[in-house]
Amino acid sequence: MSTATVVEEKSGARSGQPPVADGAVTVTVKILRFNPEVDSEPRWESFGVPALPTDRVLNLLHYVKWYLDGTLTFRRSCAHGICGSDAMQINGVNRLACKVLVKDLMSKGDKQTTITVAPIKGLPVNKDLLVDMEPFMEAFKAVKPFLITYGNEPTRERIQSAADRERFDDTTKCILCACCTTSCPVFWNEGSYFGPAAIVNAHRFIFDSRDEGAEERLDILNDAEGVWRCRTTFNCTDACPRGIQVTKAIQEVKRALLFRR
Amino acid sequence: MALALDKPRAPRRPAARRSNFELVSWLFMRISGLALIVLVLGHLLIMNILDGGVHRINFAFVAGRWSSPFWQFWDLSMLWLAEIHGGNGLRTVINDYARKDSTRFWLKIMLYVSMVLILALGSYVIFTFDATIPAN
Repeated sequence: MSTATVVEEKSGARSGQPPVADGAVTVTVKILRFNPEVDSEPRWESFGVPALPTDRVLNLLHYVKWYLDGTLTFRRSCAHGICGSDAMQINGVNRLACKVLVKDLMSKGDKQTTITVAPIKGLPVNKDLLVDMEPFMEAFKAVKPFLITYGNEPTRERIQSAADRERFDDTTKCILCACCTTSCPVFWNEGSYFGPAAIVNAHRFIFDSRDEGAEERLDILNDAEGVWRCRTTFNCTDACPRGIQVTKAIQEVKRALLFRR
Repeated sequence: MALALDKPRAPRRPAARRSNFELVSWLFMRISGLALIVLVLGHLLIMNILDGGVHRINFAFVAGRWSSPFWQFWDLSMLWLAEIHGGNGLRTVINDYARKDSTRFWLKIMLYVSMVLILALGSYVIFTFDATIPAN
């Protein structure tokens, strides 16, 4: 009994497991875990989790946290692909855990399905799947992602044509989940490359007809750590859960730098 | 007059250097790449395929080619474009992959020294080639 109590305390999970739904199969969820107070480096841990094909990977993580091991740490807020909290590497590619369905990860035939989940790469891991987003946000802030205007405030709203709005429509979709930036091999390097997400958000203002700070932002992105470090590997476009043409946006910034004067 | 921007949102990273070096080097890679397609494929065609190919290459053949300013210019531009194109490519590879600042520094020093040596030696040979010295 004392052993059970110890396990209970360690896991911190809810007692008792919910009934397994009809049609559920047990899949192995292999998670790259790291506890800074115990581990010197990350280690893989596997959990057997009953899953329906219509479950999202986030449901599996919830199951692990709620019923198997309450110490599992990850971010999630809205759980519906809007807030961008739960970006992680699922089966080796950056995805939002709340947007990936188990049926798309099922192995063919009778083979046991294994789903690997690791934290996004290139940012310091705080614990398990939770990374320090500060370097990412710093690059985002550095491109001045807010409206810059000069002169007197207009007395009415700033009017924009539908065509001018369309110019930067794609890059307004960014939710700052960091899927693109942490899939970029140049960002993995020690340097301080701004990363795709910061360039996407600069693009959103550079090509906004109401904004007057394009020159400043282009100068920032012309820096040695700016757009010229892009190697056009398209990892960012593949990773974006919002379907933004990230590499295209970066190329458009390069073109603006080449032909602006 | 420029509107003062609020300080709290100012970036912590150093202000952008107003240098166009990365832009120029990016552009150079594209332009030199296009030029090298013509220069190198032309060179390979002449040296290996046309008119007997490699079998006719000897001292006299080289001497004959380099007596013409056109081929001197062709080989010189091929040498400089290829060396700087390749060197700049390696520079970006070193920037991307070197983990430590000291590694990056020494790799780049080695790269630059080798580039200067090869460019100097190659240019020296093209400009001072003497067709009258004995073949062997």
